[in-house]
Amino acid sequence: MISVYHYMILSAILFAIGTFGVLTRKNMIVIFMCIELMLNSVNLTFIALSRHLGNMDGQIFVFFVMTVAAAEAAVGLALIIAFFRNKESIEVDDFNLLKW
Amino acid sequence: MFESMLFTMVALVAILSAFFVTKCRNPVNSALCLVTNFLCLSVFYVMLDAPFMAAIQIMVYAGAIMVLIVFVIMLLNIGSVGKSRYTHGLLGAGVLGFLFFIIAAKFVAGGEVANRVGNVTSQVVLDYGHTELIGTAMFTEFLLPFEIASILLLVAIIGAVILSKRKV
Repeated sequence: MISVYHYMILSAILFAIGTFGVLTRKNMIVIFMCIELMLNSVNLTFIALSRHLGNMDGQIFVFFVMTVAAAEAAVGLALIIAFFRNKESIEVDDFNLLKW
Repeated sequence: MFESMLFTMVALVAILSAFFVTKCRNPVNSALCLVTNFLCLSVFYVMLDAPFMAAIQIMVYAGAIMVLIVFVIMLLNIGSVGKSRYTHGLLGAGVLGFLFFIIAAKFVAGGEVANRVGNVTSQVVLDYGHTELIGTAMFTEFLLPFEIASILLLVAIIGAVILSKRKV
């Protein structure tokens, strides 16, 4: 039988892969996609625990996580477009003006 | 038995597609792998007696957010990176990702999830419908976060418009 622990371990694996992607890639849009991957792994944990505990609170929270992720996608992609307009590049290595 | 076979297959596809998101050179390939991952998560939500969340996952994540990302990739005309390096710090990121997994696995293995505290079982979801259950909770107990979420979306729209204007 598939218990809640299986879903939580799978969510931990997806979260670790998302962290690896955020720290590794240079392209800003791929970093953003890995952040969405991390958010989705947390959604999976919430819904698995909500079904296990018999409560709707986890799924309501997933609803709000999706709302915040959509708003963050809109603003983040607008920021990426503004970056591109400024410097013609979206590699994170090229934006190093604040470096010492 | 069928459930565990389905879970194993869909979990393998989800993990593989998540890994390919971080590995593909072309960002469009990464976006397509991420869509595959979102669809796998939708299958999981249906298996977890949350069909409304599965539909919302496809509509919002795979349907709106990924379309927005692919649109921006096409707008900025980002192709494959060619021969240059497209990753940095693989070893450190691998160690940190593995560390996060170990910490999360210790949390899972070191405790026990509490017993059932609510009364929403699979039969209740089948009887009342998942949409009605979420609607009841959303409009009675979670009304204030719902209204604040609408203000959040308004602020996000205004912010996105202002950030993309040429002359503010």
